[in-house]
This record gives sequence, C-alpha cells and structure tokens, in this order.
Amino acid sequence: MACIWVYVDHFKGTALPASYEAIAAAKTLGGKVTALVFGQGVDALAQTAFHYGADEVLLGDDASLADYRAEAYASLLSKLAKEQQPDAVLFPTSIRGREIAAMAAIDLDTGVLVDVTEISKDGDNFAATHPIYAGKLLSKVTVSAKPALITLRGRAFGKPVADASRSGTVTKVAAAVADGDLPTKVVDYATVEGRVSLGDAGVIVSGGRGVANNPALTPPAEITDEKEKEIWRAQQGFIMLGELAQTLGGAVGASRAAVDAGYIPYANQVGQTGKVVSPDLYIALGISGAIQHLAGMRTSKVIVAINKDPDAPIFKLARFGVVGDLYEIVPALTKALKERLGK
Amino acid sequence: MKIAVFVKQVPDSAAKLSVDNGNVNWGDAPLVINPWDEYAVEAALQLAEKHNGEVAAISLGGEDAKEALKHALAMGAGSATLISDPALANADAAAAAKVFAAAVQKLGGVDLAIFGKQAIDSDTGLAPAMTARVLGWPALSMVAAIPSLEAGSIKVERAIEEGRQVVESKLPAVLSIVKDFAEPRYPSFMGIRKASKAEVPVWSLGDLGISAPESKVSWTEITAPAAREVSNEMVTGANADEIAAKLADLIIAEGVL
Repeated sequence: MACIWVYVDHFKGTALPASYEAIAAAKTLGGKVTALVFGQGVDALAQTAFHYGADEVLLGDDASLADYRAEAYASLLSKLAKEQQPDAVLFPTSIRGREIAAMAAIDLDTGVLVDVTEISKDGDNFAATHPIYAGKLLSKVTVSAKPALITLRGRAFGKPVADASRSGTVTKVAAAVADGDLPTKVVDYATVEGRVSLGDAGVIVSGGRGVANNPALTPPAEITDEKEKEIWRAQQGFIMLGELAQTLGGAVGASRAAVDAGYIPYANQVGQTGKVVSPDLYIALGISGAIQHLAGMRTSKVIVAINKDPDAPIFKLARFGVVGDLYEIVPALTKALKERLGK
Repeated sequence: MKIAVFVKQVPDSAAKLSVDNGNVNWGDAPLVINPWDEYAVEAALQLAEKHNGEVAAISLGGEDAKEALKHALAMGAGSATLISDPALANADAAAAAKVFAAAVQKLGGVDLAIFGKQAIDSDTGLAPAMTARVLGWPALSMVAAIPSLEAGSIKVERAIEEGRQVVESKLPAVLSIVKDFAEPRYPSFMGIRKASKAEVPVWSLGDLGISAPESKVSWTEITAPAAREVSNEMVTGANADEIAAKLADLIIAEGVL
C-alpha cells in the first residue's frame, strides 16, 4: 500500500489552505496519508489535518521549530523519511514548501516536481504536470527516485471538504537539529495585517497603469514633484480597488507596469515576473494585458476587464468587458455588489 | 568579500511560445538574462561596492549563456565563467545544484552565493536552497533587504507570503534575491565595451573535478495549454450605475462569489 506524506505548511499556526488541498490530493492517489506538522504549540493543526483526511500525524514540536527555518524543518523531514520510507511527500507550493522540498531532495538523493497542477501514479513512479514559462507551456514530469517530492500549486486541486468527526493517531517526533546548532536565527517579523495571499485568493482585483488616471484628487501641498503626485493619485486609486476586493473577500493584485511605476509593492504583482494566480474571479482594472500579465492570470475561472481602450488585449480573455473609466465604474460596481451580497 | 552570482539565459518574457514535436520555439524573441537574476547581480554589486568585494558571475548552459554573463559583466561583475558540458544537457535542478556547489568550491573563499528567486523558463526556484544544502550552507531565500553584513554574519529581510521575516545567519550563505531589493542598474557604455571584449572561460565537469550528477527528474513531454474558450460579453449602459448593476448581476450569475 502506498504511503503518502503531506507537509502541512503554516505560518504561526495558521495553515495555508493549500495544505489541506494537498491532503485531499494525496487521498486521490490511494494508500495511507500521513500529515507532517512541525512547529511549537501547533497541536490544533494536527486535528484539522485529520478533518481533511489525514490517517495519522507526525508532530514535531520543539523550540528549534518555533520559527520556521528551512534547515530545521528540512532536516526533520529528511530524517523521518529516511526512517520510514514514504513513497511520496506532497507540499503546497509556498516559499516554505519549495525550500523544504529542495533541501530534502538533496538529503534524500531524490527529485522535486515543482508547482504541479495535475498528479497521477504511473506504475511505481509519480507523474505530474508543471506549467512552465508562467503557464505558457505545460511540462509533463516524472521522478524516478523515492520518495517523490512534489509541491502542488494552490487552488489547482479543488477545495477539500472537512469532516470534523474524523480523528487519528498523533505521533510525536523529536527535532533533528538542536536550536543552538542551527546557522540561522529569526530575529523579527513584520506581518501585513489582513492581507490575503494572492496564491490563495478566490477573488483578485488587479490594477494597472490606468489606475494613475485618477481624475478628482489633489495631492497634499507638500508633494510638489509631478512623478510623486502621480504615485499618490494611483495609490489613492488602489485604496478604491481595495474596497472592491474587501467587499468580495479578495486580494489586490497589480500589473508589472503599476509595480514598476511605484504605485504598489512588488508583493502584489501578478504575471510572469510576479505571482501566477488562478482565482475564481479576476477583475482587471486599467490593465491592457501584456503577454507577461496574461500568462500570470489566464487560468482564472471568470475574468472581468474594465479598460478605456477597446482594443486592449485583456478583453480577448475576459468573460465580461466594459469599455470605460474605472474611476466611474468601480465605485458603482462596489456599491452594486455590496447590495446584492447583503453587505 | 567574495561573491558568486549565478545567472541564466532565458527567452524574453514577451516571447510567444509554441511547441513543435516537443521542441519549444520562441519565434523572434531574443534570449536575455533571466529578469530575476538582474536583481541578484545588482545585490552582488552593491554588497561588493560596500564591502570591498569581488563579484564572479557564473552560468550553466550552452554558448548562448555567454550573453547572460556578458550582461552581468556589463553591469559591473569582475569576472564571468560559463559551465558547459554535454553531460549536463538534461540536468535536473538537483544535478545543477551539485554543479553550482562545485563551482563555488572551485572559486574558493566564497562568502556569498547569490541567485535570482527563480528562472522564468523552468520556473522551479529550487536552485538556491538545493545549492545551499549541497554546500552545507544556510539558505536565505527571497531576500528583499540586507540591513547588515559583517565578517562571518549577515542579517536579511526575507519577503515571505505573510510579510517580512528578519533572519540573522552565519556566513558563508546562499541568498536568493527578490525584486524589492533594488532596481538593477543599466549596463554602462564602458561596461558594455568591456563585456564585449571579455573572454569567458568555460569550465567542464572535468575542470570542476566532478562526474555528471544523476538526474532524478525527467521531462517526458512539453505541450501547449489548451486554448482558452471564452465567450466574451461586452457590458454597456447609459451610465456607470447601469453598467455596474448589469455587471454585478452577471458576475453573481457566474456563481464564483
């Protein structure tokens, strides 16, 4: 019987939704599913892993695992895998998931299939699809060694259903490296409150260069530089986009042009040199649709585009398009959606 | 301070790609230095300028890859070396990482090995952490800022999904750099002239003193994604409120909220 492990990725005890998608994906491959939960004081995550289908949990609870550090987490995973020989280990394609898989691949002399959108068993081996060139092409990949380390793209494997009545056995495992022997130390965090991760967002409201055309606003007197005035107006525009995103429980994205112009941080960039996303709803505002941007969002389920230019390439991908001024349509759309959603 | 920076030659991000018999074509689009590697080169140069260091650019690939190296030289890197060996034609990320680690060892005395966060062609992003692991060095990925660097230690700010993680680490270390770090400088006129004349030495696996690392990942097929079937619908109306009302109804009818 196949034995598949799933690394439950979390930040300070809050699991990434893709962790549970990975458990559900593991279930479809057949066999026993073991969830790996590493951290300190994260017992609750073990219970949630059972709800989503894990048969057992290996819980690493130690001071050396309190803050995420790649070396500590990878060493523990590698040690456990050497002892117990799982057939595959699945991870969400998060920064942490990618790092741990990369390091464990070296420790275990195996390969990693990264950011896959499909997965299947091909005899004894695992086969997967990895979108490359930001999804412009699809690559079929296999790994010939065990365990197969595979990171799964968030939202590519469907939403899992929780069953709160499920439970299982939690086995505590000791850390592989003592706190003092690690080469790194986490000294601080600066978290962004209330931010929705683009990769997990079901709705993304994205702005492009068009957001700079904010008609009504007068920047404060202390801003005299023309470029600074433009940035200020665009930033006010992104606040308006944020209200629409908030109404829909979504995240704010941006095109590379908007990021490069300094309107919004790089963390919000969607596209080939930003984040590749596939939300249920993607609202593109003032984005013309450069090929690099389209590559990053083309798998969104429903795309809505509002742009002044009727020839903007974004309209070719859009389910619904509006040729018009985003500064007129967006406030009205936010209001209309609020009414309909009872907010 | 000795810094190795790894660069890759990739098709321009505006390339329209197609597949013909499993071969990827990118039309007339030029090959360019991987955009994320420009941030890595910028970081390497800034650190070298501040800490009296030297920057060695390294690339793995065919003759084409010399162009990425020349871009790094034109930006200001002190030296450039191409690693090229027919035995590495189908190297997976782990095999490449073993080659990168051997190159770092051959350079000798390297304090920092710097990568871009990933390459825009293969999109794996595995090289930095894998290379670090082969070397037995800490991996500091997604570095957005370096508040301090001293002999034997570094403090970095990592741009993680949830915000910023500030980490102190021992050196030597492997870094990957993200866009927040700084806008990459343009190659100067003098830099371009220097780079165009530069001889780029080529190292084979034999020069690195290793045999070809075994690849565990294989690519069985490359295909183009299915064309997206979209039924476009343009929404019009007498005014913004009317358009917004129609659009809101249509979005809700799609059942995605």
